[in-house]
Amino acid sequence: MNVKSLLELVEGNLINPDSNLEREIKGGFGADLMSDVLASIQPEAVLLTGLCNPQVVRTAQMADVAAIVLVRGKCPPQETIDLALQEQIPLISSPLGMYELSGRLYRAGLPSLEGRITEQPCANDCV
Amino acid sequence: MVLPSVRKSIIVDDNAAEDISRVEELSYELKIAEVMTRDVLFISPEMSMREVIELFRKGHISGAPVVQDDMLVGIISMEDLIRCLINSDQDSKAANYMTPNVITVNARDPIVEAVKLFVNVKVGRLVVLNDEKKVQGIITKGDITRGLLNALQTDYKQEEIRRYRASHLFEDIESDRTSLILRYNIKARDFTHGGAASSNIKRALVRLGASPQLARRVGIAVYEAEINLIIHTNNGGYLRVEIEPHRISLETTDDGPGIPDVTQALKPGYSTATEEIRELGFGAGMGLTNMSRCVDTLVLESEPGKGTHLKMRIFLNKEESVGEGWSASADKEL
Repeated sequence: MNVKSLLELVEGNLINPDSNLEREIKGGFGADLMSDVLASIQPEAVLLTGLCNPQVVRTAQMADVAAIVLVRGKCPPQETIDLALQEQIPLISSPLGMYELSGRLYRAGLPSLEGRITEQPCANDCV
Repeated sequence: MVLPSVRKSIIVDDNAAEDISRVEELSYELKIAEVMTRDVLFISPEMSMREVIELFRKGHISGAPVVQDDMLVGIISMEDLIRCLINSDQDSKAANYMTPNVITVNARDPIVEAVKLFVNVKVGRLVVLNDEKKVQGIITKGDITRGLLNALQTDYKQEEIRRYRASHLFEDIESDRTSLILRYNIKARDFTHGGAASSNIKRALVRLGASPQLARRVGIAVYEAEINLIIHTNNGGYLRVEIEPHRISLETTDDGPGIPDVTQALKPGYSTATEEIRELGFGAGMGLTNMSRCVDTLVLESEPGKGTHLKMRIFLNKEESVGEGWSASADKEL
């Protein structure tokens, strides 16, 4: 799936319109904690997030994210837009929520690009 | 197209040699087989001229070789067609209107041979044969122009890549141990510019020829470290990256407040971040875990009231080396 089809699927608005609409998206990932994103996202994913600060774009750049979708119609501050323009990462605002978006993308054939954690969840010293 | 390479002078002196353009060089480097049109429609001598006209019309062509038993026997061009139409002789065989003496070139010859022929004889196309005299394709002036333009574009792209890449840096400068050190001052609480240093580091690595995987590993580790300086320090800190062909060392230094329990800090999910920081998407307590996942060694030293010193290293094997000066002996510390 490319950015153009993604835009239609998420009923989104492309905030930086000079982005490359042909860029290929290999899967999806959703998180609001940037360390979670850095911990397990695979390259070339679309990142669904409720976070709008410039760090979203920085995180996306570090983790080779192909496109960012801001959920629930969020409008990012100018610093975020400027950074997305500079780093040439498509920044999309969608009126839909995280759950709805994940469902739509999954149904459209985009696999999860979230690597499974290897440690036993909630082991021993976690409580 | 008249290339200066068909100048009458036979001996090229040094002054003239300096003037030889890239196009002239390419006309000797490129082989006819590389630029010719391969998918050629053949005409059999038994075909009627009516069929030939139909073939030209459908194929949008203005000439085609006449071939019998794999051997070239002639060529039909627009002029031959016009002759046939003037005579209203469309039912005649192709053999009656073809030009039998075809000018040919060898597929292995450089394109300059074709250029010379186009200058000296008035034909639109040359038939290309292999050593066994079998037809391989045809070549027109358009094919030559396209071939030269493609080759020039490839040249240009390679030059652009070479200039953009800085990987020759390590090779060009000789020493017993060369390294490139990048230093950044990171301000506390500067979330707007946070990550800019990491961004520049990742870009630098790509320019130095690092693989996307390596650039990503370093990018994530250094970004988490940079964010820690922004979130947790009193007065910001100092980020230092040393790039060597065999190793990348990442270090951060700050002057406080220091970490009371380093073992605790290294546990996944442990965080001292405030609610305000968490709202910004940080403070999940995964920073150090992420860093250690991306690097080969991580040493965290801290003293409350004094400050924290974080040292990470990534060791590179020859395949994923940065720059071009990798040598295993560089492991010996100097």
